[in-house]
Amino acid sequence: MKNDLLFDFTVDKPAKTVFITREFDAPLSLVWDAFTKQEILDQWIAPAPYVSKTKYMNFEVGGKRFYAMVGPDGQEKWAIQKYTSISPKTNFKLYNAFADKDENPELPGSDWDYNFSEQNGITKVSITIFNESFERMERVLEGFQQGFTATLNNLEKLLAISQK
Amino acid sequence: MKQDLFQAIADPTRRAILTLIAIQALTPNAMAEKFDMSRQAVSKHIRVLQECELIKPEHSGREIYYHFNPKKMQELDNWLAQFRKMWETQFNQLDKVLSTIKNQKK
Repeated sequence: MKNDLLFDFTVDKPAKTVFITREFDAPLSLVWDAFTKQEILDQWIAPAPYVSKTKYMNFEVGGKRFYAMVGPDGQEKWAIQKYTSISPKTNFKLYNAFADKDENPELPGSDWDYNFSEQNGITKVSITIFNESFERMERVLEGFQQGFTATLNNLEKLLAISQK
Repeated sequence: MKQDLFQAIADPTRRAILTLIAIQALTPNAMAEKFDMSRQAVSKHIRVLQECELIKPEHSGREIYYHFNPKKMQELDNWLAQFRKMWETQFNQLDKVLSTIKNQKK
């Protein structure tokens, strides 16, 4: 595993904008799939011990992903993402909102803009989140507090699987 | 409280004041001179910065010197670090998934 991969996280509070940039040691097509295909997305998007459960996902403009982050106690935190724009292997945009288990969104949500580019086999993903409120950020965080302590366990588990 | 902290540092003049007094404690008069601002404008910025404890006053004779409070800045850093950590966790998981898929393809 390369350790010199770029990772940047910045918050612009007055603009209610969050910027995240990360490089991955994998080709663009694979990284694109990891962000846009349900079966790969569910493997990594929830920090352990949370598990991502996608009820359905239609990756197309106007399509939606309805999913839950499931805690170790079985508690489900539902959210809906609606894809608003897709330029294959370059960019996609979505509108994200918390929801209840019956798909009723809690508005307002936030706008997410994902950009992908590849150079020398390293793929860079830049995510910009617009209209993100602190309340929402803290709510997401609350759910993941336990996850931090279990990060190492999760990594070990994934490592074990990849070595099989 | 956090919101105040962010509002305090959202202003470019206040950030400049913080940068300056991080090096050396200053009186309001000295700040007004350095930034070519009125005493009233400086007082307003000082009030915001002091309310969220980013700066601390210290009396020296008849003058008040304002000092930078690094502990408060650390608090902000720590708060942000939690989010950074969450993303880092997800991305580290993705690293493993990507390498697994890459190995399967070989």
